[in-house]
Amino acid sequence: MIAEIGLVALWLAAALAALQLLAGFAGARSEDGKAEIAALVRPAAALQAVLCAVAFLALLYVFAITDLSVRLVAVNSHSMKPLIFKLSGAWGNHEGSMLLWVTVMAMAGGLIAAVERRLPERTMMATLCAQAFVGLGFYAFLLLSSNPFERLAEVPPEGNGLNPLLQDVGLAFHPPTLYIGYVGLSVAFSFAVAALVTRNVTPDFARVMRPWVLGAWIFLTIGITAGSYWAYYELGWGGWWFWDPVENASLMPWLAATALLHSVSVLAARDALRTWTIMLGVIAFSMSMLGTFLVRSGILTSVHAFAVDPERGSFILALLALYIGGALVLFALRANTIAEGERFSLVSREGALVVNNVGLSAILGVVLLGTLYPLLTEAFDVRVSVGPPYFNPVSAIFFLPMVVVLMIGPLLRWRRDDFARIIKPVALALAIAITVLVRVAIWNDIGILPMLGLALAAGLAIASWAPMLKRSLRRTPLAVWGMCVAHFGVAVALFGMAADSAFQQERLIAAEVGDFVEVGPWTGRLDSVNAVAGPNWTAMQANMMLAYENGPEQRARPQSRNFWTPQMETSEVALLTRWNGQLYVAVGNQGEDGRWQLRLWWKPFVTFIWYGGLLIAFGGGLSLVGRVAADLRRRRGEGDDEIAANAPEEPDSEADPEPRADGAPEAVPA
Amino acid sequence: MKQLRIALWAVVAVAAFLFGLFAYQLSQPKDEFVQSALVGEKIPEFDLPPASTSRPGLSSADLADGTPKLLNIFASWCIPCAVEAPQLEALERRGAQIVAVAIRDRTEDVDRFLEVHGNPFTRIGKDDISEVQLSIGSSGVPETFVIAGDGTITYQHIGDIRREHVPLLLEELRKAGE
Repeated sequence: MIAEIGLVALWLAAALAALQLLAGFAGARSEDGKAEIAALVRPAAALQAVLCAVAFLALLYVFAITDLSVRLVAVNSHSMKPLIFKLSGAWGNHEGSMLLWVTVMAMAGGLIAAVERRLPERTMMATLCAQAFVGLGFYAFLLLSSNPFERLAEVPPEGNGLNPLLQDVGLAFHPPTLYIGYVGLSVAFSFAVAALVTRNVTPDFARVMRPWVLGAWIFLTIGITAGSYWAYYELGWGGWWFWDPVENASLMPWLAATALLHSVSVLAARDALRTWTIMLGVIAFSMSMLGTFLVRSGILTSVHAFAVDPERGSFILALLALYIGGALVLFALRANTIAEGERFSLVSREGALVVNNVGLSAILGVVLLGTLYPLLTEAFDVRVSVGPPYFNPVSAIFFLPMVVVLMIGPLLRWRRDDFARIIKPVALALAIAITVLVRVAIWNDIGILPMLGLALAAGLAIASWAPMLKRSLRRTPLAVWGMCVAHFGVAVALFGMAADSAFQQERLIAAEVGDFVEVGPWTGRLDSVNAVAGPNWTAMQANMMLAYENGPEQRARPQSRNFWTPQMETSEVALLTRWNGQLYVAVGNQGEDGRWQLRLWWKPFVTFIWYGGLLIAFGGGLSLVGRVAADLRRRRGEGDDEIAANAPEEPDSEADPEPRADGAPEAVPA
Repeated sequence: MKQLRIALWAVVAVAAFLFGLFAYQLSQPKDEFVQSALVGEKIPEFDLPPASTSRPGLSSADLADGTPKLLNIFASWCIPCAVEAPQLEALERRGAQIVAVAIRDRTEDVDRFLEVHGNPFTRIGKDDISEVQLSIGSSGVPETFVIAGDGTITYQHIGDIRREHVPLLLEELRKAGE
């Protein structure tokens, strides 16, 4: 019964989306967006959110009670599984994850419909119409080819279980996080399409779009960071980024969203980069859909092969062609009717942000090309695999100069500036970077990229706080704190990446019980290997005692696990974490001669990669809170900087149009 | 403005091309074995130090000395490599010249491995960063290549060598010698 309620709610939601599409279209066609039927748009969007939530809760319920008459539960769950994995099983499969996708999308649509009243009504109607159009495609996909509530004629006695790789607390929350990010970008996409339709690209428009982009970007950042850590400890080969097609699929929307985030800020503050911002809005969501397509269709071989189904791939491809192709054609037709925005000189905040945008777009292009290249050559019967030897140096060529600009950009003023004014903090940061470079180059024999990475990370770590100079820390708005924290996070992550690739030490060995092993500063021995049993797996566990530089011995118990529903072998690594790095221990199979395959890596400062990722997301969070709070104050009609900022600017004023909200130094003597 | 329009339509064209490519690839069956693109090509140049105290190192020049050889990619930490060791010895007894590259290994581990599992190799190079492995298009251990006398790669065997593969490899070796 519960499953049927879910299905009915979903059909009703789809019908409402159709209504929203038509009414929104009528609204967008009318002069002021106030056609009579347009009054239905906002309620339809809000109700859709409720109905989708009902459908999703129904799915969670059938998974929680393991209702095996529902096909999806029978295929993907098992009554003996822990409750948390029963629930995460609801979205750890294709149908459930698509339901999660439309649910989040409907919630986002409902939220805009309920609260957003700053833009002209016609733009809003066009936005909600576009949102319904995108939504409708996914409803069709879900209801026609991936019904999550399908019943089985015969109820099986037991379910099949969930892919063991996915039975992990971290991973239970990885897909929802990424989906929220993807869907947030769908909102930005709808705004961009509406702007093209109504030819209305204004700073106000950018301010409305910004929190959505920022929110989506925060979730994408967390999703990628968590996904990277998952791949690190679950796949058992010590790497934290494999340039796997599916990892790239999540990185590409993030790159586009990062560029969009910065360009939307330029549009909000300075009314420049209009066309570019709209383009990025289209690209960012395109990359999300492309990612979903690559993961679901199985068109590229990847560690995420569990999500594959070619027929569904065709459906997503059709949606991809319809939305992305449509938006690009619309863009090509309309782009030159969007009036040019404000101009600015190269040496200005805008100039630095343009460099950032170009760099991010270039990296996006590099990753896109590398990801799709095997697909292209395969069409000519040549099998190639593109890996780190291409991605690492080529993306670094663009990334490392961007870090230099990142040290300088936030210190520049809007519109035009003079390098002489900011020379002191920049010189300090560069001096630190060069000192580190010389120090590393003299004493250590490491590659050029890690060396530059270490040096620039040190410089950026200092420079990222420079915008705080001469500010009262208490009065500094949250958005500026957010920017500094996020940029500092980039430095932290870069340091982790560079340190790991420069100083990592590896030990692969077939060891017998009693053997000594040593890797980097760690020494220890394999004491014993014994069998252990978990709720739905058995494992061979290696018991090791390891010590860092003759310190106290620590226990490490890596396991090689065998799951039986479904049958699969996974590696459960042991991690010994210190402030200055992690020891990574994995155990593999046993050979005929009784030796065990052990893999050990000492990875200095590797944890900084994920701390950095979290700092970046945290900075985004601070900024989002700051922006939304400022917006709420503005709605209550209280005096606020942003209102002052919107007032017409005096022709010759050097004043920052958005003085406190975007991080330019206040009142620096010229 | 005209340039912008052309650029934008170019983007549309690229997108259309990609959609077409995706549609085509979706309709193609998948083959999961990654065959090296270098089969039929000369082996790339390299020069590796010895991986074992008992044998000299290996360079690409050693592979172009006129005699066809088997090139075995192995590691002491790799369990299937130990499994295939008897087949390599069988190949050697039947006249195959075998050289090897040890991947991400240590000399003392390789020595111990050879002591336990036999040493059919005439030369063993030490590849600490999988450099040579990747450059000849091998994606894992163990793999075995047939190299003709002039240094051309003529055949690639992926995975451990089973008993039934021995005659197959000898046949490939004979063909490489023609």
